[in-house]
Amino acid sequence: MSLLLLDDLSVTYRIASGEVPAVRGVSLGLEPGTALGVAGESGSGKSTLAMAMLRLLPRDARIGGRVLLDGEDVLTMKWGRLRAVRWAEASIVFQGAQHGLNPVRRIGDQIAEPLVVHGRARPEQARRRVAELLEQVGLPAWRARGYPHELSGGQRQRVMIAMALACSPRLIVADEPTTALDVMVQAQVLTLIRQLVAENDISLIMISHDLSVLADVCDRLAVMYAGRVVEHGPSREVFHDARHPYSRALAAAFPTVGDPASRLAPRGLGGDPPDPMRLPGGCSFHPRCPVALDGCSALDVELWPAGEGREAACVHARPKLTEAGEPATTAGEAP
Amino acid sequence: MTEVRESVAGDGVAARGALLEARGLHVEFASRGRRARAVDGVDLAIGAGEIVALVGESGCGKTTLARTLLGLERPASGSILYGGTALHYRSRALRAYRREVQLVLQDPMGSLNPRQTVYEAVAEGPRIHRLAGEQEVVASALARAGLRPPERFFLRYPHELSGGQRQRVVIAGALALDPKVLIADEPVASLDASVRGEILALLLRLRAELGLSALVVTHDLGLAWNIADRVAVMYLGRIVESGPVDRVLTEPRHPYTQALLSVLPESPERVVLTGEPPDPTRIPGGCRFHARCQVLASGRAADAGVDGRCRSESPAVLRAVPDAQAACHYAEATA
Repeated sequence: MSLLLLDDLSVTYRIASGEVPAVRGVSLGLEPGTALGVAGESGSGKSTLAMAMLRLLPRDARIGGRVLLDGEDVLTMKWGRLRAVRWAEASIVFQGAQHGLNPVRRIGDQIAEPLVVHGRARPEQARRRVAELLEQVGLPAWRARGYPHELSGGQRQRVMIAMALACSPRLIVADEPTTALDVMVQAQVLTLIRQLVAENDISLIMISHDLSVLADVCDRLAVMYAGRVVEHGPSREVFHDARHPYSRALAAAFPTVGDPASRLAPRGLGGDPPDPMRLPGGCSFHPRCPVALDGCSALDVELWPAGEGREAACVHARPKLTEAGEPATTAGEAP
Repeated sequence: MTEVRESVAGDGVAARGALLEARGLHVEFASRGRRARAVDGVDLAIGAGEIVALVGESGCGKTTLARTLLGLERPASGSILYGGTALHYRSRALRAYRREVQLVLQDPMGSLNPRQTVYEAVAEGPRIHRLAGEQEVVASALARAGLRPPERFFLRYPHELSGGQRQRVVIAGALALDPKVLIADEPVASLDASVRGEILALLLRLRAELGLSALVVTHDLGLAWNIADRVAVMYLGRIVESGPVDRVLTEPRHPYTQALLSVLPESPERVVLTGEPPDPTRIPGGCRFHARCQVLASGRAADAGVDGRCRSESPAVLRAVPDAQAACHYAEATA
């Protein structure tokens, strides 16, 4: 059974000037012990998706669909149960570690907080566990007595990861965990995340705009555009041989150093990510799509099979299947 | 300090028409009662129509070097030469200089005044320099930055524009003064991945159409691969490796460059340096990289008989020549 299953999840924010459909019907599953990358740009709905998984959205958000964690719906669970689930079964690492920590509390106390709140440890045990956690993320135990400002950005991000690990959750959601970090520090943090996932049998959902980083860390990738998943499949395949033109553009935006094709040839897309309040009709990607057909402005394409374990929401994904000799007719549109 | 200062002889690119050049540059700051040597002996030349990427991690001094090249910081010693003439820090000379060498800032949301229209933002430079035909100048700058038709953007405010459009407005502001050199500090760091390529393509087009030179300051090696002719890698106030992009990024010789390239996604073997970039108030003796150097730690430097020099002798300052070169005892001994 999937550890986490998003079933037709949608999130709409109500603001003064109307409704903002941030997530529009996302279905994704995560198997235990695996890592799923969610890629997308600003406004794609990827961070809203992360928040929805732990029901951390503001009150003005209307949520539809289901978020099943071990078969239990996070969206309908009682408040007390939800509190127990957060941290203990699933925890989240936010981007911008600078703001995630309280500047006037000692680091050790902040890491110990979820332990104590969840009644998992008495203060003495908590202290020992904090030392253990700090060591696990590569920081000396004496740092527990220090304050966030004494740490560099990379070290603060390690503290955030230590906090997320405190109650030994089965799932960690990491929202842009390495954005704003230097390349070498980013590499240190990614190595740490990879290690923790492998050694502790933790499942990971990592959210980023950087497809190359996600492809490197995660088993599977989901690419989001305008609140929907437009492509989903094994990381390497999505990164190197994308079926959706948007995933292809996103992959090309991060050139491989040494690849002659990208030398002095930066590649991007014309236009800008769409405003969720003014989504184009038909396929929402069609105004920026380099391979759009006439019908794309009218046809709202849903995900359909695009190879083994793969899905893509593009009319072009389908002829590919036909060419490969598979029966296109049974590929089937979404119900 | 025992440093070889051959650069004073003034050979190198300078002899072959460097447009903008730093010679023997040192820039210092007071930092918590200590002296920070942010730029600690740099020779660097940018030829006419050349795009040079200055690459390094935060705190390496790359932004200080860029600001000094713009005349915004005064060097403790050494000089900036433009067209072979040393830069004077009298206000009139500086003003003339700043028309020729323009800064393009990162984070267009932060560098544009939210209460100013696009027209006002772009017209600011021409007004300061009392250029004739303001409206024409503004329109042509916007058009060259890819905002067409320019009149449509005149009365728009920054918040009405997308991230990519705002970055184009910032670039138009620089172009309005008809500069010869652009100095761009992380020009695409705050942009969405799909938009990034378009802005980089714009910089290449400006070079092709207007013959502009550019120094692009970045932490992103992929960006250097995408648009630069030459790359200079900076570490703790010094350029440690420089040369043609095709050469340096495919056959790096300095262990630091090798490490930076090795942590890129897709790289076969990672060399993750431990620790954070060290502090410019405490630059280590010997080679400034030796404490983190993987070649020294692995014993390869000792095998080549240079480990003693790595710890005690600072490699010579790299000269401002276009050829590939590395400030490394080991690279020199094994060349």
